[in-house]
Amino acid sequence: MAHLDAVLLARAQFAFTMGFHIVFPAFSIGLASYLAVLEGLWLVTGRQVYLDLFKYWLKIFAVGFAMGVVSGVVMSYQFGTNWSGFSDKAGPIVGPLMAYEVMSAFFLEAGFLGVMLFGMGRVGKGLHYLATLLVAAGTLFSAFWILTVNSWMQTPAGYATNAQGQFVPADWWAIVFSPSFPYRFVHMVLAAYLTTGLVVGAVGAWHLLRGRREHEGVRVMFGMAMGLVLVVAPLQIFAGDAHGLNTLEHQPAKVMAMEGHFESHPNGAPLVLFGLPDQDAATVRYKVEVPKLSSLILKHSLDAPLAGLDSVPRENWPPVPVVFWSFRIMVGLGFLMLGLGLFGLLARLKGKLCDWRTLHLYALAMGPAGFVAVLAGWTTTEVGRQPFTVYGVLRTADSVSPLGAPAVAGSLAAFAAIYLAVFAAGMFYILRLMSAPPHLGERGPSPAEPVRTAGLAPGPAITPGHGLQPGE
Amino acid sequence: MSLTDLDLPTIWAFIVAFAVFAYVVLDGFDLGVALLFPFCPERHDRDVMMNSVAPVWDGNETWLVLGGGGLFAAFPLAYAVLMPALYAPLIAMLLGLVLRGVAFEFRWRTERARPVWDIAFTGGSLVAALGQGVALGAMLQGVMVSGRAYAGGWWDWLSAFSLLTGAAVVCGYALLGATWLIMKTGGELQIRALKLARPLALGTLGFIVAVSLATPFLEAAYWQRWFAWPGIVLTAPVPLAVAAVALFLLRSLADAHDYKPFVLSLVLFFLCFVGLGVSIWPNVVPGRISIWQAAAPHESQVFVLAGTAILIPIILTYTAYAYWVFRGKVDPEHGYH
Repeated sequence: MAHLDAVLLARAQFAFTMGFHIVFPAFSIGLASYLAVLEGLWLVTGRQVYLDLFKYWLKIFAVGFAMGVVSGVVMSYQFGTNWSGFSDKAGPIVGPLMAYEVMSAFFLEAGFLGVMLFGMGRVGKGLHYLATLLVAAGTLFSAFWILTVNSWMQTPAGYATNAQGQFVPADWWAIVFSPSFPYRFVHMVLAAYLTTGLVVGAVGAWHLLRGRREHEGVRVMFGMAMGLVLVVAPLQIFAGDAHGLNTLEHQPAKVMAMEGHFESHPNGAPLVLFGLPDQDAATVRYKVEVPKLSSLILKHSLDAPLAGLDSVPRENWPPVPVVFWSFRIMVGLGFLMLGLGLFGLLARLKGKLCDWRTLHLYALAMGPAGFVAVLAGWTTTEVGRQPFTVYGVLRTADSVSPLGAPAVAGSLAAFAAIYLAVFAAGMFYILRLMSAPPHLGERGPSPAEPVRTAGLAPGPAITPGHGLQPGE
Repeated sequence: MSLTDLDLPTIWAFIVAFAVFAYVVLDGFDLGVALLFPFCPERHDRDVMMNSVAPVWDGNETWLVLGGGGLFAAFPLAYAVLMPALYAPLIAMLLGLVLRGVAFEFRWRTERARPVWDIAFTGGSLVAALGQGVALGAMLQGVMVSGRAYAGGWWDWLSAFSLLTGAAVVCGYALLGATWLIMKTGGELQIRALKLARPLALGTLGFIVAVSLATPFLEAAYWQRWFAWPGIVLTAPVPLAVAAVALFLLRSLADAHDYKPFVLSLVLFFLCFVGLGVSIWPNVVPGRISIWQAAAPHESQVFVLAGTAILIPIILTYTAYAYWVFRGKVDPEHGYH
């Protein structure tokens, strides 16, 4: 029992540190691409508003990126400190993939971020735009490698087992492009775009509600965000559905938990809309269901048989209530996003995009929805993988470090205390930046502030010795 | 000669060691600058001190991730054994790094809470430096291994020796920070850094002697390595070189030289690192697991080596260029308002 507690605590710690971390990359991935679009529009059209918006969001990007970096350093050690069994057994496959992630992130940080943040006016327009594009590409590259790791853990492929019980690479191509990887990658990148779009939309809506529609930047950012949500929300629902079908093929128990299907349904399975899953009694209480709809969604046939958890040995069941509910939160938010996109389209067609207060309130309320959906989605897929770390072949209980529960509990408490303080402050500073509307002739990150790894762009904080003056 | 003929674990041991050394000296001086905050209460001085490391700390810290990531990729067994063994000091280090990392960004966004972030900057750096030093000592004194896993308790890391190495690293980083400031600043602040550097240099040398004297008594293998004939012919130059560098360092401080104290402090760190390598080689978990036992399969090491061989030189070029661009003194008239 004590061992089980240590496992649960280790899982809680990973979920906590990862949950805090993922929020920032999700935002950075989307925002980096948005910044590339804004700068591109400015270069093509020459309109000041795009440059203002670029500089406005660049300041927010800088703070978010810094928090992503510091919480990311922690993640690279979590595997070893809390999951040493996993690190030993899966290290020969996961380690190299993680190393590629680190190197691509490092490559990006060491070079182009500084140019993007502080280089405007110091390097040529073309070079600066190249830096912005490379930062955007770099965030996607990081996401690529991290998702190869996660996808391999969900749908392991291309490996063999050696005499020491380690998973060893047999085919790197199969490992990197494991069966769930393409679906997961598309789903995550779209989620990042939606998350950023919703934040941008909420900031625009906030300023519109405050009666700041005379700011061109406010109108433009709100319009762009509503356009993005309109296009990406349906795409995401489509991608999520495809991802679900892929999961059904490779991890059926996860889908059973998502659907709340404890029993098998030989003649068409119902779609459980709501209910209270009871893991011990293996039933969903007070359920509201639509007959045969689940079979239609998952098998494209009303009467198609669908197996339930009764066909899976009980020791291999994921925790059903968590998966069941997190899945519903994600899907529910997804449809609310679709609704926002359609509402925005209606307003646009009527020429009322900047007038309808209901739309602005809706968009404001949806500001954090992307983050919540990302966390709920990751909870669904990660908790749904339980009780395995590498699905079907390595149990979570065999992955954990040989540490006493008090050690893990103590470090979890320390993480909670420090993260809550640090990230509350970070959120406060970000919200304060957002609370001012973008102004005409918006300034970028202040040259009075410290310059981070600036690569090609010497910051004014430090005067270079001889020559190499900015702009020379 | 194809890649298969090379001894990959040896190559990887040097790559990981390089990443760790790069981290120690690079983040060492910027952690050290933060450690000196309490001795420089003036807001203006603190702004200049922070700005002297602001452009580079982010890149410096990434070497830590690279060292950890490299260990995980190339020697997963060592990563799996060492991380739980060094659990408490490593977690403390990570939390310290989080606090000081955000302090760089947040300190400039607030007037009222600035003192709070100054404390976070120094406190976080102190915890991080101490954690690293304690982890080093805990690793050197040996960790319990059973089968393929750590077998000790979660307080095993704590000993008089690990506290000694913890204090040694704090003192050494402070020396790097002080000599960095001598090189990067002028006027009052430079004079103050110079005053701080002298006792820090003597303290660091004292710690080096103490740790060096204690280490051979930890394990018979260390004793053998350092004092058995004929190996002593190869090992003796290390302490002799330390003594010579120490003399040059003290003299350069007495002469109030601009950049020599920093460079000589780096050399001192390098010699200590070589000394550690002499003690540990060819193990990765001292006295327990060799680099060949811990090595990931050939296919894994080759796969990462391909990317490393391309990306690390590019990263190094960038880093060198960034330092070149930021060479010279910090301009105290810029960088604060």
